[in-house]
Amino acid sequence: MSSVPYETTDGGELPRGAAGAAPRGASRWGDPLFRGLATACGLLVALCMFGLAAVLVTDSWESISTIGVRFFTTTSWAPSLDAYGALTSLAGTAVTTIVAMAIALPLAMVIAMLLTELVHPAVSRIVGTAIEMLAAIPSIIFGMFGMYVIVPLMQAHVVPWLTATPIGRLPFFGEGSQGGGFSLFTAGIVLAVMVLPFITAVSRDVLSMVPQVVKEAGYGMGSTTWEVMHKISFKHSASGIVGAGFIGLGRALGETMAVAFLVGGVYDRLPTSIFDPGTTIAATIANTFNEAGTSLHVSALIELGLALFVITMAFQLLAHAWLRRVRRVTGGRA
Amino acid sequence: MSTPPRRPAALTALVVAVVGLALALAACGGETSADGGVPGGSGSAATVVGAGASFPYPLYSAWGQEYNGVSGVKLNYQSIGSSGGIAAIQAKTVDFGASDAPLAEEELASAGLLQFPMCVGGVVPVVNLEGIADGQLRLTGALLARLFMGEITRWNDAALAAANPGVELPDAKVNIVHRSDGSGTTWIFTNYLTAVAGDVWTAGADKEIAWPTGVGGKGNEGVAASVQQLSGSIGYVEYAYAKQTQMTSVQLQNKDGEWVRPSLGSFSAAAAEADWESALPAMDLALVDQPGAATWPITGASFILIQKDSVDAAQVKAALAFFDWAFENGSATAERLDYVPLPANVYQLVESDVWSNATAAGAVVWE
Repeated sequence: MSSVPYETTDGGELPRGAAGAAPRGASRWGDPLFRGLATACGLLVALCMFGLAAVLVTDSWESISTIGVRFFTTTSWAPSLDAYGALTSLAGTAVTTIVAMAIALPLAMVIAMLLTELVHPAVSRIVGTAIEMLAAIPSIIFGMFGMYVIVPLMQAHVVPWLTATPIGRLPFFGEGSQGGGFSLFTAGIVLAVMVLPFITAVSRDVLSMVPQVVKEAGYGMGSTTWEVMHKISFKHSASGIVGAGFIGLGRALGETMAVAFLVGGVYDRLPTSIFDPGTTIAATIANTFNEAGTSLHVSALIELGLALFVITMAFQLLAHAWLRRVRRVTGGRA
Repeated sequence: MSTPPRRPAALTALVVAVVGLALALAACGGETSADGGVPGGSGSAATVVGAGASFPYPLYSAWGQEYNGVSGVKLNYQSIGSSGGIAAIQAKTVDFGASDAPLAEEELASAGLLQFPMCVGGVVPVVNLEGIADGQLRLTGALLARLFMGEITRWNDAALAAANPGVELPDAKVNIVHRSDGSGTTWIFTNYLTAVAGDVWTAGADKEIAWPTGVGGKGNEGVAASVQQLSGSIGYVEYAYAKQTQMTSVQLQNKDGEWVRPSLGSFSAAAAEADWESALPAMDLALVDQPGAATWPITGASFILIQKDSVDAAQVKAALAFFDWAFENGSATAERLDYVPLPANVYQLVESDVWSNATAAGAVVWE
């Protein structure tokens, strides 16, 4: 078997001698066989997808039928009473995602502009690679790093400072009940770092699609670099950047392990501040599925999974539809 | 031109690779089912398979390695959580399950399982209080319950001061830290609060409860990190974790009214003093608030579950032989790892009153 690659790369001489009549047979059966295999693989993906949805619905049916719509409107998550309300998880998912996007989106745009417009292509490549490598770090590493480095930092410096500024007087920005270390805010910050590479990569591609002549026309009119970036590049790619945001959003919504470590694990009280501990849908499942006791408890957790599945799916579809439109309009390749 | 013959060759390589991969996968699959599907298997018991609680995992795996050296029998223990262990033994995919919270007698009967305690551990309240040294703060069960209910909110509260004459308690807010994941540690701790202060502690007892106040940490390490970073905080962790990370533990007042500090001896005392005989046949005791002058009040046993009537006598016997070896020879290893082996009187009860009920195809397995 190991000789096969050599035959192929060495070109026409060796295979004829080594394989004899085999290539002829392969050419007759190869195409249909490969087509069949490829079709099977493609169908397998679709099957996984629908199978997953079907299992989520059937396994959460006990919870859907007994708890009903109250599942999404109540906050009481009490396994000892076998009562489950997911509102705290839903609220926490919304808060952490908003914090993450509010930080990551502007940051990613600035970095993308830097990479496409401001620095030498060699520097752009190095910085670009470094940012893409962030995406390759497993989320458990972010969880551990967050727990031992970011949480103490938040607790001792960032949150006390923030709550002392006028920001602290805004609603939902009041002093957290537990010091703000393990909190929705901390989870959101770490999430921002985790989704940054995804938003940056797409934003950079969209920005690089801005036709050179348009930018040169701007410079020809006497515009500064800032004016070209702000009034031409950014306007030209605004919708693409929104699409990039959706991709980041999809990631932030479902991120599990890092959030499970940092968010503070409070399941039955709505947060009154972003510095309060809380939970997200994914964190609730990750933290409690292992030791879930009753069948209703398990079923409720699977219903949470179903909710997350539907929400992320909706955002992913939205993102793809949006990006497809953007590509059609701008005629780009990314 | 070299292009025409190249394509079929590449295709051949692809097909060979795919077929090869499929064969390899099939071979792996075959191997796994032959090796892993233990009950009803070949009858030779070279591997004992167990699954369940993560708390005793370090102990069982250490015992397993030693036992392998002595007997040649391999122990494969999967630390998947108590609920997973219970599900696995009910589905008969393992030889034994392990759970930190015992099943009740009816649950055992309906699932066709036997249950016995295997090792004992303690849960320790830990604090982060300025000026308070390890073992200095004294708490009763009622005070602990009022703290975790959110009824006592300042450390210089009069009720705390009354229990700690001569100790200068800081004027600081009480921050509660609990587990955010479902856990046997929480089961033991909340059972203790329910047992000693049921009138105050109304949040129930389970592996995961609706906490009235506080912040959650994931695992012992999460609670420890929270307590260490949050000034004025109190949480609870497994003894081994508190000891190894040198956290500030407290003194508790036990049922006999004595002030005790957590130690292997005080957990062992709880297990030895407990009335296991009256809990037969399930032996489903929560070891909290047991009598005895030296007893640590927040103690719990970790339990083993086996099939009451199995199809494979050799596998059950191999599993019981491992536990028998561990009872007889495993104490030193247990203590080195900060676990408490079961006292001899309890072990004798397990052998005579639980194992004697284990059958395979109607015949008694353990003589």
